[in-house]
Amino acid sequence: MAETAEQMNDKLALAKSLVAHLESGNEDDADSAIAELAGFTDSLLFQEIGRLTRELHNSINSFVADAHLVSIAQNEIPDAAERLRYVIATTEQAANTTLGAVEDSLPLADSLRAEARRLSEQWEKFNSRQLSVEDFRDLTSEMSHFLEITQANSDALHDKLSEVLLAQGYQDITGQIIRKVIDLVKDVETKLVELVRLSGPHAKPREKSRQEGPDTTAQGPAVPGVDKGDVVTSQDDVDDLLSSLGF
Amino acid sequence: MKILIVDDFSTMRRIIKNLLRDLGFTNTQEADDGVTALPMLQSGNFDFLVTDWNMPGMQGIDLLKAVRADDKLKGLPVLMVTAESKREQIVEAAQAGVNGYVVKPFTAGTLEEKINKIFERVAA
Repeated sequence: MAETAEQMNDKLALAKSLVAHLESGNEDDADSAIAELAGFTDSLLFQEIGRLTRELHNSINSFVADAHLVSIAQNEIPDAAERLRYVIATTEQAANTTLGAVEDSLPLADSLRAEARRLSEQWEKFNSRQLSVEDFRDLTSEMSHFLEITQANSDALHDKLSEVLLAQGYQDITGQIIRKVIDLVKDVETKLVELVRLSGPHAKPREKSRQEGPDTTAQGPAVPGVDKGDVVTSQDDVDDLLSSLGF
Repeated sequence: MKILIVDDFSTMRRIIKNLLRDLGFTNTQEADDGVTALPMLQSGNFDFLVTDWNMPGMQGIDLLKAVRADDKLKGLPVLMVTAESKREQIVEAAQAGVNGYVVKPFTAGTLEEKINKIFERVAA
């Protein structure tokens, strides 16, 4: 506590008069001098407490009055949860669209391959002059049929591939949504840091709860740069680890 | 060859189902977690189990342990296909008796290789 020179002089004067009163055996005056000396300390203490209280009051008020904080708690956090659910729904839909198109496309490609193989066998025979006139007539009609299904299947494959192409639009949409949620998380972080500052040195970070044995609870996919620790980074790592265990 | 695919994401079940079909395994069924999968295994004469780890309800690791603890099922080959990639987890799965471990994201080649390896070993 900083004291002014004046306060120091007053104290010194009081102390001198206290000694004088005691030496002259004047007990009443000595007592009142002691009380006055004590008053000095008390008033400084009260001033300091007053200052701290005002600071705390102002900080809490400005924290509470921050409308953005209210909006974060009431709207933005529930919104973010909804956004992330939408990300799951969107990615699931895109994956299903893509898988559906692939499932539809594979038989188209398979039938083209099978038909082409059969025709090329016949064509081989024709080239080596093993085909009768009648067989050749069949071959030409099969050939025109093949050309027809080639066109039809190619058109269908083109449509399916376009579907797959379009379905990838989910990346753009989900990327934007996730970016928004990241901004919100950063905002909340800033506010939390403020709150920790307000609660001062009394709030100490809780120690991580200790666990017996290795932690093998499910973590979800490891995110590069976020999930640290003993995580394998490739299938090769998994294979090495398992072979070291006798697999 | 009758195969049960267990994963809580239907898209991943579809991907695995399609990859298996490409490998010639057409007789597959699906379950979305261990709670659904275990009774299917107990009554379904399955030859092979492909399971995720992280699922609501009963997790894949607990399903694996339940399979190994069941007299009728304990010999069932189990392949884990999961995004769980901590060394401790892989060790735990190995100790619980997993036959193969594939980390997501994976390729068709990796899946084929692990499945072939498991069947070679089972046949030997």
